[in-house]
Amino acid sequence: MLLRHTPTEITERTALTINPAKTCQPIGAMYAALGIHGCLPHSCLPHSHGSQGCCAYHRSALTRHYKEPVSASTSSFTEGASVFGGQANMLQAINNIFTVYNPEVIAIHTTCLSETIGDDLPQIKKKAAAEGKVPEGRYLISASTPSYAGSHVTGFSNMVKAMAGMAEPTGKKNGKVNIIPGWVEPSDMEEIKRITGMIGVKTILFPDTSGVLNGPLSGEYKMFPEGGTTVAELQSTGDSKGTLALGEWCSADAARELDKKHKVPCSILDMPFGLMATDRFIDALRTIAGVSIPDEIVNERGQLVDMISDMHQYLYGKKVALVGDPDQLIAMTEFLVSMDMKPIHIVTGTPGKKFEKRIKELTKDMGCKVNVKAQGDMFLLHQWIKNEPVDLIIGNTYCKYIARDEDIPYVRWGFPILDRQGHQYFPTVGYKGGLRLLEKILGVLLDRKDRDDSESKFELVL
Amino acid sequence: MATATKKKLVQWGPAEVKAALLEKYPPKVGRKRAKQIMINEALQNDTPELTANVRTIPGIITMRGCTYAGCKGVIMGPTRDIVNLVHGPIGCSFYAWLTRRNQTDPGPDGENYMNYCFSTDMQEQDIIFGGEKKLAQAIQEAYDLFHPKSIAVFATCPVGLIGDDIHTVSKNMKEKFGDCNVYAFSCEGYKGVSQSAGHHIANNQVFRHLVGQNDEVKPGKYKINLLGEYNIGGDGFEIDRIFKKCGITCISTFSGNSTYDQFASSHTAPWVKVNFIGAKATAKSLRKIAEYFGEKDLIDTVEKVIAEEMPEVEAALAEITPRTENKTVMMFVGGSRAHHYKELFDELKMKTISAGYEFGHEDDYEGRQVLPNIKLDADSRNIEELEVEADETRFKPRKSDKEMKALDKAGYKFKQYDGLAADMDKGTLIIDDLNQYEAEKLVELMKPDLFCAGIKEKYSIQKLGVPMKQLHSYDSGGPYAGFQGAINFYKEIDRLVNSKVWGFMKAPWQKNPQLSGSFNWE
Repeated sequence: MLLRHTPTEITERTALTINPAKTCQPIGAMYAALGIHGCLPHSCLPHSHGSQGCCAYHRSALTRHYKEPVSASTSSFTEGASVFGGQANMLQAINNIFTVYNPEVIAIHTTCLSETIGDDLPQIKKKAAAEGKVPEGRYLISASTPSYAGSHVTGFSNMVKAMAGMAEPTGKKNGKVNIIPGWVEPSDMEEIKRITGMIGVKTILFPDTSGVLNGPLSGEYKMFPEGGTTVAELQSTGDSKGTLALGEWCSADAARELDKKHKVPCSILDMPFGLMATDRFIDALRTIAGVSIPDEIVNERGQLVDMISDMHQYLYGKKVALVGDPDQLIAMTEFLVSMDMKPIHIVTGTPGKKFEKRIKELTKDMGCKVNVKAQGDMFLLHQWIKNEPVDLIIGNTYCKYIARDEDIPYVRWGFPILDRQGHQYFPTVGYKGGLRLLEKILGVLLDRKDRDDSESKFELVL
Repeated sequence: MATATKKKLVQWGPAEVKAALLEKYPPKVGRKRAKQIMINEALQNDTPELTANVRTIPGIITMRGCTYAGCKGVIMGPTRDIVNLVHGPIGCSFYAWLTRRNQTDPGPDGENYMNYCFSTDMQEQDIIFGGEKKLAQAIQEAYDLFHPKSIAVFATCPVGLIGDDIHTVSKNMKEKFGDCNVYAFSCEGYKGVSQSAGHHIANNQVFRHLVGQNDEVKPGKYKINLLGEYNIGGDGFEIDRIFKKCGITCISTFSGNSTYDQFASSHTAPWVKVNFIGAKATAKSLRKIAEYFGEKDLIDTVEKVIAEEMPEVEAALAEITPRTENKTVMMFVGGSRAHHYKELFDELKMKTISAGYEFGHEDDYEGRQVLPNIKLDADSRNIEELEVEADETRFKPRKSDKEMKALDKAGYKFKQYDGLAADMDKGTLIIDDLNQYEAEKLVELMKPDLFCAGIKEKYSIQKLGVPMKQLHSYDSGGPYAGFQGAINFYKEIDRLVNSKVWGFMKAPWQKNPQLSGSFNWE
């Protein structure tokens, strides 16, 4: 057994986290910043040189998940910086970055170290600008992302909010809708653009990692690939007619910032995973843009409904354990419930009582007890599964240890996925994405049935 | 940005390449990097010619990680029956969770915490009010849940800044439990200039808290310790197989597939400088071990084992070498790893045209003779040097000074290391702490057939159409140590440098863009 020391009996833990269902803020900020065209996420790591480790870890984790180059730099502060502050090193770093790599934007995020010593990033940015260290047409943006608060989701949200801070309204509306997709795959961002394109809504999608973290192999390496939201687009977000923020945890803060600062109205929607959340997303686009929905979209929706009805006998009543990030889990829970499946154990590492409340609402008519925990961990999830087994686990790659020990069918979905491919290229948002999720879920459930059925019960047609 | 095409090679001399690498830097950065790029003269100087183990330049995209990564991730990570508890915000423990491909074999009932990730998940109030209470409670909870024989505590950056006394907390908990050894590592990420400081801190504490805890004499005629082996991709399993065949007993491995008890007993056996990467290196190392013990039965068994193992190695080489001969490779990895893998590339008759370490020291490049002349800078001085003295009751020199001198005279250098430079061709480029910009430039100018580094470097190199092999964690492969490992490696390199995929980068219409009139359907 891989997790042989996990007892069935659940005891309260107040200080020890085991097998976390989250990681720290800066990696989220780094992923978000990679969705800006020509951007070099700059990991601001104060103190001594060794602290370049944060940047190394975040780059490694993102690289293992996306299987693409992830360029990011670090301040590699000296020990003196802990006493005198990290300003000198940051200024040196800014100079080196613009000289050697020349990005359009340096997106600086903090770490637990710079936050603990209390470096003042806005002040350092001002000083860099005043000293002429920021060339014409180049930008510094920054987000405070202390690793000891929230999770990687919070860090993502904070950097997206910093991106919204680049808005420079001209007073003339641009006729576009801002869409903040949240921490989804590059393929999902591409799919959102396909959907809005079909409907005929002009959008500014930010961040947009499509074309950045799912690039081609062509014999050419571009440190700043073609993809990403451009600076001009980010500046123009203040002139948009409204913002659709997909996911309360990932995207709402940035949308509210644009509303508060520039009176760009916003709607906070769930991430469009599954039938109903996608319905609401498409309907919101229709209302905002004042268009009718094309037949192609209606048809895609119909195909998803068709597949659910065709295969309902294999989905009905199946118990599911879920682990991941709040916005994804909310949409997934709703999707599973809509197919008469039973998500009974649900854990996110990200804090937020609102999450537990929302999950309870979504599952209240399911007719069975639901275990849900924010700021929980996968050790607890495993214990829940030991106490009440499930038919399916959905979560990131670390779930494979539970899935193997307990012999449970398992679908990889979320972050990080370190051992399977496809997530960068095939979306799970929208109706088409719903078809893919369903294909994956049915695949593992029916593989299990084929494995477990006796020879006399083994069937050709399922 | 750079494009590597397979058209005619432009012949760049090493001086020109070096100048091109430095060209774009601001003057101060250029001057610093110039000292870390050496055109190899393969001289055996006493004074280091190359600067190494110095600070990374802010803003320059580095390959390096931190002290915590070196201590928890590399050294202590592969030990299976110690609960490795990380005191800090969640990220540090999360990123070091099973990402280094260390394999272990606990058997069906053995203790194994390697698949678990333990953290105190420090929150804002812990940073403000101190995290000692939370740490003590977390140690208690780990003890109550698992009753491990040992709990190791690792500090992350904020812990050092806010001044949590992790050593006292650990000591108190150890005394409270009585049957569980609890100790801590002050391996905050900001200490030192790279992972290397973390290796050092880990070793200090292993010697202080673990080595010598078990005096029980283990069975075995020829007993040794193996240091610097992490069982990545099963390297240690292959070395164990060979040892077993030779009748050599490995008391402890620091730290692949290791246990608490291995460390605790390691003082009962010696170490000698060996290398099990490369088939010839493996044979050489086995002979060195046999000569150290100097017993005929061991010398004969080792020769027998080598004679048994080598034919398969030679057959693999005979088949593969025609496809790898004269291909060029660059390697930038580890603190001695690049040198070890050079052995395997030599066996494949490939040319190492540039190499260096990510976190090596001057002696790793130029040999142990430069050790007395390495200047200690402020960063190195901050890392504790452990003073080791012979234990009066337990120190047993296995060879007298006279015997050691005789062996030395006979050519057996048990503790000597000549460094990477001595093994590299004249005129090759040796580069310390290579960064992403320089890597890309090197590939563009020198067009190697293969590049070796770590995961962060992998895909930017491969986008250029050059295959890239991870030598930290072997991508998905291994073992590459020992005889069978060498064969695995030859096959892997053959696969990489001869893969069809590198020929698919351009579509037919990109290779031949001219239109030649409309096509007539027949």
